[in-house]
Amino acid sequence: MRRRATLLGVHAALVYLFLYAPIAILVLFSFNRTNQTAVWQGFTLEWYRSLLHNALILSAVRNSLLVGAVATAIATVVGTLAALALGRHEFRGKGATRALLYLPIIIPEIVVGAALVTFFGVVGLRLSLATVVIAHVVFSISYVAIVVRARLSGFDRSLEEAALDLGARPLQTFWRVTLPLILPGVVSGALLVVTISIDDYVITSFVAGVGATTLPLQIYSMLKVGVTPEVNAVSTLLLAGTIVLILVAQRLQQPPPERAEG
Amino acid sequence: MTGGERSSERTAFRLLLPPWVILGAFFLLPLGVLFLMSFGRRGTYGGLKPIEDLGTYIASGKFLAQYARSLHPIYLQIFWRSLWMAVVTTAVCLLVSYPVAYYIAVVAPARRRNLLVGLVVVPFWTSFLIRTYAWMFILRTEGLANRLLMASGLTSRPVELLYNDFSVLIGLVYGELPFMILPLYASLEKLDLSLLEASADLGAPRRSTFWRVTVPMTMPGVVAGIILVFVPSLGQFIVSDLLGGAKTILAGNLIQNQLAVARNTPFGSAVAFELTAAVLALLFAYTVYTKRTGQDVLL
Repeated sequence: MRRRATLLGVHAALVYLFLYAPIAILVLFSFNRTNQTAVWQGFTLEWYRSLLHNALILSAVRNSLLVGAVATAIATVVGTLAALALGRHEFRGKGATRALLYLPIIIPEIVVGAALVTFFGVVGLRLSLATVVIAHVVFSISYVAIVVRARLSGFDRSLEEAALDLGARPLQTFWRVTLPLILPGVVSGALLVVTISIDDYVITSFVAGVGATTLPLQIYSMLKVGVTPEVNAVSTLLLAGTIVLILVAQRLQQPPPERAEG
Repeated sequence: MTGGERSSERTAFRLLLPPWVILGAFFLLPLGVLFLMSFGRRGTYGGLKPIEDLGTYIASGKFLAQYARSLHPIYLQIFWRSLWMAVVTTAVCLLVSYPVAYYIAVVAPARRRNLLVGLVVVPFWTSFLIRTYAWMFILRTEGLANRLLMASGLTSRPVELLYNDFSVLIGLVYGELPFMILPLYASLEKLDLSLLEASADLGAPRRSTFWRVTVPMTMPGVVAGIILVFVPSLGQFIVSDLLGGAKTILAGNLIQNQLAVARNTPFGSAVAFELTAAVLALLFAYTVYTKRTGQDVLL
């Protein structure tokens, strides 16, 4: 029994090592003094400094933040509306609506990207940052809807009913009761969307026009040319940013600790 | 339908207007356009070849030319490789993940459980591109793996570790592993441990308790994990593009190549829809399975 538990523990430790070691190595070497080999030559921040002077990277960061902000704002509102409809109402076509919301996650990214670029071509929409925003909104709505929907199913409807009984109008009830209750779900959905938007490569690579290079596209084109410590540095920054967002989103998704009576 | 229900439905439709419009215009419609494209033929300078008479075009069977082309041995070989890679990735992920999920859910002390799950969730959400790049960094000729190999005396000069089936498989397993561990954990966590005790009390050897109680009880997690890993592996693009060479093209790379490089939208679309059909068929099988078992870890 003991031996079995130890073996399982060792196996788990190895798998965690497998998950984290490559990332750790990548981060470590972003601080390496040489740009030649995988030999540690001493600590430096040189590669981070040179990022600050790399106009291509800076403009890619700007594009990514802009796309992330706009796409998140739109997707969060629209996704929350969908979640409210699914979680609060019975209506004809509910099953189809649910399916429609899952499809953008289910269908391979490469197909979504191909469909969007072909569609933009047919309707004569020039590829730009705007087309990137549209694409990001499309695949983000679903994530918000799922996260907010989960939050909705966990809360007490009688609070809303009490507000209505006490004479609050439906819209008032929404702003003063429902929204504050689902807000953690909405915020964590929004944070996930920022993460997905800032990380997306496949779909973005299809729909980004000239001058609409986002950070992942920039990283991709850099590492297609050759591996440099600068790529490690920019990757490290992107990783750090998304990990912070994920941790906050995780914290918000957890149900509030139960309060002791008394 | 009562008045209250009707007004509830009206509110729902009002709420759903924005998501329906956006997903209709920028998701369903583009998919429809892509689908139609797959029945066309490439024009001389890219784009579509004009169709003179729709009736004769359909009657001649030319509208299926792209699908017919995709059955050429060159492409069948690519589909076969995609399928095979996805199967191996899924199998390796399942074998590696089940003991990990079991450890987190059953063996590890309860107070450490959240941390252990959190450590799987973080890579689940971090950039797939960067996690793939990490392996490119390690496996390249001047990379750490080669230095270790040379230091250990196994080889005297750097070996090409990248750009083969093996490096693609490492990248796929690495990328998809969290997607297998999480659903397995979700179903193992719900496992009623007293059932295992009952089985042991009744004299079942540990091995048969595992195969006849634990595994069947956690089957929904296994199936969900298989879907979550297999489906994205099948449409993979980044891993095979970065870690694979010209010989390890997968279906995803073929689609990208036809659309972005060869400018053959009709053929790219046809392949895209073959891939989509495969994915949807799998998911359909999955919903049939969940309907039958009544347990759904995914949706």
